[in-house]
Amino acid sequence: MADYLRPRVLGEALQALNRPHIVLAGGTDFYPARVGRSITEDVLDISDIAALRGITPETNGWRLGATTTWSELVATELPALFDGLKQAALEVGGRQIQNAGTLAGNLCNASPAADGVPCLLALNAEVDLASQSGMRRLPLAEFITGVRRTALRPDELLVAIWVPRPPSDARSVFGKLGARRYLVISIAMAAVTLEIAEQRIVSARIAVGACSPVAVRLAELEAAIAGAIIDADLEDRIEPSHLAPLTPIDDARGSADYRRDVVLTLLRRLLRAAAS
Amino acid sequence: MKISFTLNGVATLWNGVPTARLSGALRDDLGLTGTKVGCDAGDCGACTVLLDGRQVCACLTAMGQVASRRVETVEGLGDGSGGLAGLQQSFLVHGAAQCGICTPAMLMAAEELLRRVARPSRAEVEASLGGVLCRCTGYGKIVDAVLAAAAPPPTDMPSAGAAVGARIVRVDGRAKVTGGDLFGADAIPRDALWLRVVRSPYARARFELGDLEPLRRRLAAVLTAVDVPFNGFGIYPDIKDQPVLADGHVRFRGEAVVALVGERAAVLGVRDEEVPITWMPEPPLFGIDAATSVDAPLVQDSRPGNLLLEGGVRRGDPAGAFAACAAVAEGLFETAFVEHAYIEPEAGWAQRFGDRIEIHVSTQTPYMDRDEVASVMRLRPEAVRIVPTACGGGFGGKLDLSVQPLVAVAAWTLNRAVACVYTRPESMAASTKRHPARIKARFGCDAAGKLVACDVWATFDTGAYASWGPTVASRVPVHAMGPYAIANVRTWGEAFFTNGPPAGAFRGFGVPQAAIAHEAMMDALADELAIDRLEFRHRNALRAGDTTATGQTLAHSAGLAECLDALRPHWLRAREKAAAFNAKEGVRRRGVGIGCMWYGIGNTSMSNPSRMTIALTPAGTLTLYSGAVDIGQGSNTILIQIAADALGLPAAQFALVAGDTDLTPDAGKTSASRQTFVSGKAVELAGLDLRRQILRLANAGPDARLELQGVALAVHDGDEVRTLDLSACGPLLGQGVFDPPTTPLDGDGQGVPYATYAFAAQVAEVEVDLDLGTVKVLRIVAAHDVGKAINPTLVEGQIQGGVAQGLGLALMEEYLPGRTENLHDYLIPTVGDVPEIECILIEDREPLGPSGAKGVGEPGLVPTAPAILGAVHHATGVRATRLPLLPHRLREAIVSAKGKRS
Repeated sequence: MADYLRPRVLGEALQALNRPHIVLAGGTDFYPARVGRSITEDVLDISDIAALRGITPETNGWRLGATTTWSELVATELPALFDGLKQAALEVGGRQIQNAGTLAGNLCNASPAADGVPCLLALNAEVDLASQSGMRRLPLAEFITGVRRTALRPDELLVAIWVPRPPSDARSVFGKLGARRYLVISIAMAAVTLEIAEQRIVSARIAVGACSPVAVRLAELEAAIAGAIIDADLEDRIEPSHLAPLTPIDDARGSADYRRDVVLTLLRRLLRAAAS
Repeated sequence: MKISFTLNGVATLWNGVPTARLSGALRDDLGLTGTKVGCDAGDCGACTVLLDGRQVCACLTAMGQVASRRVETVEGLGDGSGGLAGLQQSFLVHGAAQCGICTPAMLMAAEELLRRVARPSRAEVEASLGGVLCRCTGYGKIVDAVLAAAAPPPTDMPSAGAAVGARIVRVDGRAKVTGGDLFGADAIPRDALWLRVVRSPYARARFELGDLEPLRRRLAAVLTAVDVPFNGFGIYPDIKDQPVLADGHVRFRGEAVVALVGERAAVLGVRDEEVPITWMPEPPLFGIDAATSVDAPLVQDSRPGNLLLEGGVRRGDPAGAFAACAAVAEGLFETAFVEHAYIEPEAGWAQRFGDRIEIHVSTQTPYMDRDEVASVMRLRPEAVRIVPTACGGGFGGKLDLSVQPLVAVAAWTLNRAVACVYTRPESMAASTKRHPARIKARFGCDAAGKLVACDVWATFDTGAYASWGPTVASRVPVHAMGPYAIANVRTWGEAFFTNGPPAGAFRGFGVPQAAIAHEAMMDALADELAIDRLEFRHRNALRAGDTTATGQTLAHSAGLAECLDALRPHWLRAREKAAAFNAKEGVRRRGVGIGCMWYGIGNTSMSNPSRMTIALTPAGTLTLYSGAVDIGQGSNTILIQIAADALGLPAAQFALVAGDTDLTPDAGKTSASRQTFVSGKAVELAGLDLRRQILRLANAGPDARLELQGVALAVHDGDEVRTLDLSACGPLLGQGVFDPPTTPLDGDGQGVPYATYAFAAQVAEVEVDLDLGTVKVLRIVAAHDVGKAINPTLVEGQIQGGVAQGLGLALMEEYLPGRTENLHDYLIPTVGDVPEIECILIEDREPLGPSGAKGVGEPGLVPTAPAILGAVHHATGVRATRLPLLPHRLREAIVSAKGKRS
């Protein structure tokens, strides 16, 4: 019979990873990949490690424990900076998935349509990767390297997501486009974080998902927004050329051209919402 | 690993592999089969349970994670003393459970909410139920039931003579709201062997099997084509073209090739790659153009030109009539493969008893299954017994064989019980689909808006095997002119083989596709002549006394004009509201559309009798023996209602034996919207037959009132009371047979294809986001001429469920082999997508039907897509010609129309 480990402390989990294990937390990606066949892999179940759960505010930012669920995130009192991530949380699957699925699982699964990634990119999030040889911190953009690929080494565990505290007041918004109301994989999605001081945008971070192998930030659009007075005309600063980093594909959910087209609309609406 | 947890309040110890799914542990090890499995992937929510009070998918929950926690399932609901919880009672009374496969999950999802919020808002209910898919109800009655859970209405049972027309609760409803109903995978014998099918990954290939001996040593059996006594099946007696297991040649992706039989773990432990099959793929034929090109290879060698069937209807002189038309509209419309997506995947098991084989299976058609399995097994039909389990949704997809011949061959060979449960991807790859259609339509009218000519050419992709293709190709030409009186008609239907999945029966047999075309033509002609779209249809509606394109004069019950009259105020109000909205808004635009349909009840120009028996025993037991399978639509209930009033005893006194080929006479299949009309008439005749016998025994007059108490049957005749002692009477059997009167169609399609027709019209209000191309359906008003609503709650349930499927057909559903073989890539409407649906029941009595009733199973779906697409056109000016109208298709059409204008 295959290994099944469910340690209560992190050290045991990291020790287990000296040998390859499939990491199991919420199960919302693990089981769908194993429909109609027996489960033979060695499994490290990290769901009982209390240190990996929950959201902790610190002076410089927030630590989001790896196995924090989407529902727990929604139920946690957090500043407006997290509004976008909470909106995304309520768009992940149905309530069943939100109650089980974890923030880190969403990142490690590395789907191009992962609902959490654009928001976390727009929050400048970093990930803490632990192993027996120590801890390293990577920007999220460097962690997810491709479709279903990450920089996680086999001996490492993603233990927390770090969201730095912005120097100014900040707010975020998220928008997802799908062909039905619930339980839908994005055709396209976008997240916007604006840092604001004295009615002026100090900095903007804008990310788009499901339009490239990995969700990406739109640096030129961010630059075009930065410094602007926060008003209804914000959306007029968006130019189609700002979408250059996107490489959308044609698939069953939509065409590449359509994705480029609607991302502009999504971004305009998000900027309007963020400005209001 | 031993795991202890609390299950429905009881300390429970479970032992097994800790990565086992909670759903499997509950069902297979702990005997709680109320928790259903629809996908094993978190896509359908059918396995929703509460874990520490929160709803989760049991299929995504490792048993290792359940340790020391609280698990609650549907079996734990209740009032604490064996009665129903308020929520369950509310589901029962509202008709929130149809097939019942999603009901336990809906209950648990609602339970989570109701513990937090005793009186939730509609939005809160929708958000809580958003993760559970229902394919039957259209969700409205479920949401209503949750909203009323705090104070559920009581259950009323009508007295003798008052059953027809009453909203009585489903006779099988209690089992559905307690998790006690047993579906195809719920009562598999514990010692049954498991069967898993290895399927083709290619749409077209030749293959050779290697040495199977190593696998045979690991398993009980490895079955291939040579093990099947007669390796061909199909709906039509003369078209047995689909092999049970492919013989060297596969014609669609998902075709069955090898069956592995053995202990469940052993069978699931074999990877497909371990089965020695050498594949030689060939370029597949996809789509009608490929199948009909001059150099197309043949999908089936015996089918030249890849043609399955063609035929049509001709009446009058369309060519001449078009020349004289004041307005002519034409269009070309294309639809996709559509998946039934019943939440219960195909499941069943077989067991051999001497020289007989018994099959327990989720099916719509036990007698056809019996005869088909007998043919495959080369047995006499009487040697096969089909015992239908509860059916977790069918919609036409469980009219074809699935697991039946496989488990039968294996159980017969091994003399062991053998079970097979399809996975969701397997169900989607292997089962039949709605036919993709290409419909070319041309309609013309005179200056007064009176239709005078119609020409419709409908071409269907029937996939790799015939299945119900001939039914579609023959039903469509009869319906393709729409529910309108037109003197000059030419319609044609043809179906071609391709390497797509076999297209079969799906709610409407091709008529929904045809309705999309004829209703677009109605809109176009009305617009061209500046006549209101509803009034245009009203002007042309078939009425009693009119003659159809097949030359049939409709003597009675053609209530389309009444449906339109009932819709008119809704239509006008909705148009005004939309205009007011559009005057303010820019990016979002509203539109209102209307769709009409007619639908012939029962088989097309073919005998399709139903036989019913009602027994009153010397012990005083009153039993309906019904071979009609209730697949959620409610036939068990309405047949008892009809029987009760025909006989004159209360519905509550009936017991039911349903759909067992050893115990019940053949009622025909549950399809073609026929059970209410055909089996309903048969059961009415059976009730009247039994009543006549009782009155004769009591020497009483025709108006006598019956009262059954134990073995005493009191017959009140005026002031006199005669009491029959049933124990002295011997069993009394009432029998009824009904076969709707039809005639064959001649070479021009002339004849009487159906004894009666349902009529309907629906109004859809939509809001389109012009920049995103998304469509939100805001409201549907559905007016249906059902002849007589035997049970209005169940009739509404059929309409609302049909509307939800029509919405999916219009806006989101497209099956692509290999790409949308699961319920997250293949989208069906969720609770957030189906709007409020108001039902208006028109009762234009059909004298042939029981109490005047016709049928409603398929009609609910047919007008919906036309109404929605008409509303989108009203809002945007874009006429959808390719379905589904996914956001990218609509947005591209909006942009292109804007480009043309500027």
